[in-house]
Amino acid sequence: MSDIRPAGPLDPETQQSEALDQVAPATVPDTAQPGVPPSAQPKTKKKDGKPASLWTDAWYDLRRRPLFIGSAIMIFILVVMAIFPQLFTSVNPYDAATCQLIDARTPPSAGHLFGQDNQGCDVFAKTIYGARVSIMVGVTTMIVTALFGGLLGLIAGFRSGATDVILSRTTEIFFAIPLILGALLILVIFGRGNVWTVMLALSVLAWPMTFRIMRASVITAKNQDYVMAARALGAGAGRIMFRHILPNALAPVIVIAMINLGGFIAAEAALSYLGVGIQSPEISWGLMIADARDRFLEAWHPLIFPSIFLSITVLAFIMLGDAVRDALDPKLR
Amino acid sequence: MKSAKTTATDVLPAEGGLGNDALLEVDDLHVEFVTRAGLVKAVNGVSYSLRPGESLAVLGESGSGKSVTAQAIMGILDMPPARIPQGSIKFRGTDLLKLSEDARAQIRGQRIAMIFQDALSALNPVFSVGWQISEMFRVHRGMSKRDAMKKAVELMERVRIPAARQRVNDYPHQFSGGMRQRIMIAMSIALDPEVLIADEPTTALDVTVQAQIMELLAELQRESNMGLILITHDLGVVADVADKIAVMYAGRIVENAPVRDIYKNPGHPYTKGLLESIPRVDQKGQELYAIKGLPPNLLDMPSGCAFHPRCPYRQDNCVTDVPPLNEINLDRNSACHYWREVLDGSHG
Amino acid sequence: MGRYVIRRLIQAIPVLLGATLLIFAVVFALPGDPIAALAGEKRGNPVVVALLREQYHLNDPLIVQYGYYISGVFQGNLGRTYANVEVSQIIAAKFQVTVNLAITALVLEAIFGVGLGLWAALRRGKATDSMILASTLILVSVPTLVTGFVLQLLLGVQLRRWTGGVEIFPIAGVSDGWISYVVPGFVLAGTSIAYLTRLTRTSLVENLRADYVRTAVAKGMPRRRVVGRHALRNALIPLITFLGADLGTLMGGAVITESIFNIPGIGQELFRSVHERQQPVVVGIVTILVLVYILANLVVDLLYAVLDPRIRYE
Repeated sequence: MSDIRPAGPLDPETQQSEALDQVAPATVPDTAQPGVPPSAQPKTKKKDGKPASLWTDAWYDLRRRPLFIGSAIMIFILVVMAIFPQLFTSVNPYDAATCQLIDARTPPSAGHLFGQDNQGCDVFAKTIYGARVSIMVGVTTMIVTALFGGLLGLIAGFRSGATDVILSRTTEIFFAIPLILGALLILVIFGRGNVWTVMLALSVLAWPMTFRIMRASVITAKNQDYVMAARALGAGAGRIMFRHILPNALAPVIVIAMINLGGFIAAEAALSYLGVGIQSPEISWGLMIADARDRFLEAWHPLIFPSIFLSITVLAFIMLGDAVRDALDPKLR
Repeated sequence: MKSAKTTATDVLPAEGGLGNDALLEVDDLHVEFVTRAGLVKAVNGVSYSLRPGESLAVLGESGSGKSVTAQAIMGILDMPPARIPQGSIKFRGTDLLKLSEDARAQIRGQRIAMIFQDALSALNPVFSVGWQISEMFRVHRGMSKRDAMKKAVELMERVRIPAARQRVNDYPHQFSGGMRQRIMIAMSIALDPEVLIADEPTTALDVTVQAQIMELLAELQRESNMGLILITHDLGVVADVADKIAVMYAGRIVENAPVRDIYKNPGHPYTKGLLESIPRVDQKGQELYAIKGLPPNLLDMPSGCAFHPRCPYRQDNCVTDVPPLNEINLDRNSACHYWREVLDGSHG
Repeated sequence: MGRYVIRRLIQAIPVLLGATLLIFAVVFALPGDPIAALAGEKRGNPVVVALLREQYHLNDPLIVQYGYYISGVFQGNLGRTYANVEVSQIIAAKFQVTVNLAITALVLEAIFGVGLGLWAALRRGKATDSMILASTLILVSVPTLVTGFVLQLLLGVQLRRWTGGVEIFPIAGVSDGWISYVVPGFVLAGTSIAYLTRLTRTSLVENLRADYVRTAVAKGMPRRRVVGRHALRNALIPLITFLGADLGTLMGGAVITESIFNIPGIGQELFRSVHERQQPVVVGIVTILVLVYILANLVVDLLYAVLDPRIRYE
């Protein structure tokens, strides 16, 4: 998938060096350097005269990737669904009057597109409204872990020494605790789970992932010549950290954050399924799956439709992460 | 190009296994690479020949197509992206390019062997050096592990690795650069090949070690009468070892000649430039000569003579006409319109 | 090597202490009085309750309780439940079930992950390769929860219908021996299979490009030997370490799978113990999982040294 690169009208110089980089190291050891004289550097200036950064290049590249376009459209629809579920269904699943117990487990029909569940509620409306919890938990957990883990990773990578040792050892402790089991324990303490407690439980255990990635890429960036140069020129620690190191260390963190986001959504569903996450009457796909499981061999539709939405949502975020990684990965450029 | 192909070796009959006949004949070889950016013409009609016991040095900067030619002879180019639209590579009269992959694998390693530049990456890191040398005997000769190992030790002794018996089970990373290259050499001569191609065998090594390796290669060649193709970008390395030199530029041979002649009096402006850029003790204090300009872009080759943008002898027709490989004398050619002026030294 | 192992074990101690303390603190904070829960509806005899509280050090501060606990762990004693049963006794059978499940998953992961990855790498850029890569993306994305129920529906209901009621793959419980673990194992391994497939592909593709592979071709080695011995032997190094490290992940992630397929493993036991306020069991299970994680990582490090001669541990 990562190999799909539409042959767009790239500027010829970029294209050339790119192609040679891909073929050359393995097969044409001889033409690697000479094919492209130093004058044709990969990072050429764009029309407006501004130097093309990794980010503008990546954005330019991303807009041409079917993987990116597909996942972006899916995520857009899901986000709209989370914010304005009314746009997709006129039924309000929070209104108990919309459920007819007598129609429990009626299979899909014109009136109830996805059928009715064990309580006779409309599965379609519930599935649409379920997007909100998933997106909220996923996005907030991603933001919290990225900020917290990222900041600590930045500090650990930049300061090294005792700070680094203490922080790194601490993350090892968190790594040793299985995510779902640990989150389960934390949620039991809170009693009734909701979006915020689930987010907190996942964040407490998941931040070390971002930490590790950030720390590693900061250490790499720190040893680059341009950082050495900035240091030699007397730039302050804060300036070096935020102006020179952070922008260059950010790419892998963003990629892992996107991919993790899909994981958080799946984790929320799992915790809600186990009964420690989102609680009824709140609507969550995991909860819907849990409610449907007991009778699911007789009526599979209340279980399958939220499952499909859950899978597509996770897929969309992982695909987005994949596409962004491919666009940012200098090895592929 | 076609008209210029009358080199000395063309006079010789292509077949027959007698001592002095051509062992290997590359004729009008073209190699291209299909890349996303377009067609890269890496080799554009290279011809050279090699007799048993003869040493041919192929000289050129990176990108000149010298290694690609060697890889085409070995049959280790990745095809695609590489392809060979034209030309032949005759080994003992048989065109290797017409052979099946199985038949070529029989020649590879056993009859034509190759040494690579960077022995550290060219040797497999997870197998002992003894394993890697003895593999030749096990796979090609069906020897038992034990016998093959014995052979490996003998070979390591032959390339003068100290304490070979103790070190046979060591891994490549445990050896020094020079010793690793000796192991590479031991592996390549294991089955007494008729042709040995050494692709920049000393580039990654210290100067003193370079000389030892070159000496070893020369000695092994004398003992076995094999043909040696020495690929290098370093004129200094080849003087003592090579019989003749082929200078390559932008995928073409621009000059070929016996070693003495080239050093004495180069017949192509590029060769001349290369010779003048060798640092010499008697020119201490003077500014070192460097060929001006940059190597050609293989995707966008200059018109006419590929060297014209950098050439001090350039005339108008150099920009438009590709120079043929002119015969200077029976065993010497130059692909320069103005080879006479270059030989006279009236310029530059 | 021996010294390295000892050093690594010593380094693992703070991780073990930290993780168990963390869990201990969390469990300690669980609402409700365990002794009261034990006594059930009727109020227990105050004297007995006080005695029990004393016996389980419940009146001591957290850190002291933890001290008692962890010193027991180092003597191989996971403590007793409030009903005075050895925790290790409760866990042992469940642990075996989860180990079986995790090993089944690991084997399936190795077979499918490495197999598909090799296939994709050897067909790089072709339709097969794209198909395999696309399916890994889907496999990564579909949560265990979903694969679990879908497979249960397909294999338990549909397949049975086609075979005329004969059950090929059991889909609940573990009463049929190893075969009962196949479907749950596959569900548990799902995401890992996808990651391993991608890792295998990348690793082999990289190694096929390596200089020493070119050397092997130049030595006249047959293609099968070039790929199967020279490239694969190097490509395997990251794969085996990935598999090793994954054992801990699989065991820790088994709770959902165990719940779907009604498998009496430690995941289910933990879930029950949390609700029954059996803190000693909860802490015991997590302690064991942390130990498995630490040991798996140690084994991976040592395997690395065995597989890659360039690495030597002093």
